[in-house]
Amino acid sequence: MALLEVKNLGISFGGLRAVNAFDIEIEKGQLYGLIGPNGAGKTTIFNLLTGVYKPDEGIIKLDGENITGKKAIDINKAGIARTFQNIRLFKDMSVKDNVKVGLHNHHSYSTLEGILRLPRYFKVEKEMDERAMELLKVFDLDQEADLLASNLPYGKQRKLEIARALATDPKLLLLDEPAAGMNPNETKELMDTIRFVRDKFDMTILLIEHDMKLVSGICEKLTVLNFGEVLMQGDTSTVLNDPQVITAYLGE
Amino acid sequence: MSFISYLVTGISLGSVYAIIALGYTMVYGIAKMLNFAHGDVIMIGGYVVFVAVSNLGIDPYVAILISMAVCTVLGVVVEKVAYKPLRNASPLAVLITAIGVSYLLQNVALLIFGSDTKAFTSVVTMKNITLFDGQLIIPGVAVVTVLACIVIMIGLSLFIKKTKAGRAMVAVSEDKGAAQLMGINVNGTISLTFAIGSGLAAIAGVLLCSAYPSLTPYTGAMPGIKAFVAAVFGGIGSIPGAMIGGILLGIIENLSKAYISSQMADAIVFAVLIIVLLVRPTGILGKNIQEKV
Amino acid sequence: MIMMSEQKTAKGKLKLNKVTKNDLITYLMVVTVYVIVEILLKTGNLSSLLQGLLVPLCTYVILAVSLNLTVGILGELSLGHAGFMCIGAFSSALFSLGLKDSIANEGVRFFLAILIAAACAALCGILVGIPVLRLKGDYLAIVTLAFGEIIKNIINAIYLGVDSHGVHISMKDTMALGLEPDGKVLIKGAQGITGTPHDSNFTIGVVLILLSLIIINNLVHSRTGRAVMSIRDNRIAAESVGINITKYKLIAFTISASLAGVAGALYSHNLSTLTALPKNFGYNMSIMILVFVVLGGIGNMRGSVIAAVILTLLPELLRGLNNYRMLIYAIVLIAMMLFNWSPHTVAWKEKMAAKLKRTKKEEA
Repeated sequence: MALLEVKNLGISFGGLRAVNAFDIEIEKGQLYGLIGPNGAGKTTIFNLLTGVYKPDEGIIKLDGENITGKKAIDINKAGIARTFQNIRLFKDMSVKDNVKVGLHNHHSYSTLEGILRLPRYFKVEKEMDERAMELLKVFDLDQEADLLASNLPYGKQRKLEIARALATDPKLLLLDEPAAGMNPNETKELMDTIRFVRDKFDMTILLIEHDMKLVSGICEKLTVLNFGEVLMQGDTSTVLNDPQVITAYLGE
Repeated sequence: MSFISYLVTGISLGSVYAIIALGYTMVYGIAKMLNFAHGDVIMIGGYVVFVAVSNLGIDPYVAILISMAVCTVLGVVVEKVAYKPLRNASPLAVLITAIGVSYLLQNVALLIFGSDTKAFTSVVTMKNITLFDGQLIIPGVAVVTVLACIVIMIGLSLFIKKTKAGRAMVAVSEDKGAAQLMGINVNGTISLTFAIGSGLAAIAGVLLCSAYPSLTPYTGAMPGIKAFVAAVFGGIGSIPGAMIGGILLGIIENLSKAYISSQMADAIVFAVLIIVLLVRPTGILGKNIQEKV
Repeated sequence: MIMMSEQKTAKGKLKLNKVTKNDLITYLMVVTVYVIVEILLKTGNLSSLLQGLLVPLCTYVILAVSLNLTVGILGELSLGHAGFMCIGAFSSALFSLGLKDSIANEGVRFFLAILIAAACAALCGILVGIPVLRLKGDYLAIVTLAFGEIIKNIINAIYLGVDSHGVHISMKDTMALGLEPDGKVLIKGAQGITGTPHDSNFTIGVVLILLSLIIINNLVHSRTGRAVMSIRDNRIAAESVGINITKYKLIAFTISASLAGVAGALYSHNLSTLTALPKNFGYNMSIMILVFVVLGGIGNMRGSVIAAVILTLLPELLRGLNNYRMLIYAIVLIAMMLFNWSPHTVAWKEKMAAKLKRTKKEEA
């Protein structure tokens, strides 16, 4: 059984059919790429998968569980986490606190216990602190733990967003243009990081990207999206060499 | 019959709110700020006319023009001194500064004129219209007020659509950065917006004091708040919305005063606002801007 | 009530101590001022003007820090904070007046009155919060203002009396209550409540300030606080990591309202006549508190305390300048905002901060 099974997903905005008859199957542990020209509907699909939008038709199943139409919070609890095209960090909170928010649902104590500073507060806070530092260390951000998130350089902000998403202990990680704005060196580092995340966290990753070096470098399978519909699906090398795909990207 | 009479007075009151609300909504649309001091500009407008007519014996119509000029200058000066430096600050900071300006205006008026109520001589010379054998009397003030509101609305809409300066205002309110890159003088446009809004406030002040002839330094505050409520009610940033919101608010307030109680009138007005916003969160004509994810 | 952190890993211990240290400085500051004032009081060095201001000052401080919870931590502009104070004031005054003869121990009675104020204001906070908190910024502001006015207007119109048959309420007048001859009228519409026991004093005020600060600080530096702040900083991202937006917005808003209610109880037990005037409980009051919060620093609790004290004392100390004092107040307000926020000042501050960082690095 595939980890993510999507069948016939579709949504319209006003009169515009943004996504139509979208199918995808992602196996556990895969590095899967979603590519296509600008405006093809890739982020819309991410929004559908994460519950930001409710689909008009279609079924989304995660690990056998039907999560279609569920709210964003419930989908995250079910096991999907994401990063955003325009980085969405908690800018006025520290780097460590950003990750701790990600840990919110897995380490809990009540508001009252927090206010009264009962023993459970100290126990759980300690756990969260250790876990947050573990995650930050993985992404080489532990030195900046107490810095304000908005003070990080761009590349590190992207990494922090990924760290925060991983803190929610997902089964499936969605990365929306993680290499946007990066130079070739940073992109190479990102590729290593993504592979490392997949290996160390036993993660399944679906990413949207325009950077073909990254796509061909790490993605095992691809789906090409054009005008909201699937143009082509399959192994990376096959898809990237397909004449239709090349036309869609580069034009005639 | 009395219902229609209350309705008429309500529409008249609402027209005043509408004129004030226009100023709020235009400034909000362009400068993205709540000009809390707007209500007090109305009060200043009223005092200028009062001084001109009662103390200096100037012709009322000239006095109105003088008042508009004073308020326009006041609005532009306040914007340049107090709001422009804070354009990139947090909205809360600008709001507090506007509150400061409001206190300033109120206390300057208090110092100059004292807290006693001035009897304002109405500038409206139009006589009441009597209909249906004296069963319905429409106050002359009401007619003038509603007419003024309609004229202003039409004038403003034409200005926005047909003149370069008006279209510049729309451009700046949609995207300040892009407008600047297009060569639009953003500072000048913002100043113009404040100028127009303040000029209108002067007219509103005169009409308000003509209908309710008591003038104190605090006369502008509550109508200011209510007009802001009206602007939000109609959809903040929308000019027709300001008009609809203002008139509806005036009607609701007056009918509540007449049929329920004058104490609860305010509460009812606010309650209606809350209900509308819960059903339609961006106001009656407000734009529903989806946040891009 | 404040527990020092236990032994932890090196990094963990350092962070918790830094945050706790900051909070402790604030508490110490409050206690120090209390001690100084008490000394001045006992040695007869405090003018009666200032003496009369002590309890109101405590009220404003609690209002300021509680509003800062909504504005600075939750990130929502509430212009109706005075409404919650009003609910707290009247519910507690009603309780104390009604049970004046039944509960002899003033301390116990006042304690219960404060709890009642907190509970009623909290309930009101939930009722208002549920519909209001899903509105966008400016709309939320105007609706909270509207709620504040509505609460004040309704309380102004209430007549309430008790007799052997129980409680009677009317919105019309005292006659409509239909009380027995031995009945008591407790709330007289616009004339409010008369005869509330004078249970407030400066010591209780300071204790309540400290309690409020502890509650808020402990909340902020906890899992719940982080959730609330994440909503403030980026709602969509917060949702994407599983934060229940409505729940946490409501928690922050309700606690804020509840503390405002406590401030109201302190306020109402300092007056013999309690009326819902626009000056005390209308948007004027809500705005005054907002000014304290913004001037003290949004999100900065210690700043709220200091700003509330200074801005309340300033007009009183300027009384010598009599007619000009409110004018000066307004000018000072505008000047402070411009000074704090104009681009020149911001750039200057950044330059200073960079210089400081460089000096520290060179020293290290």
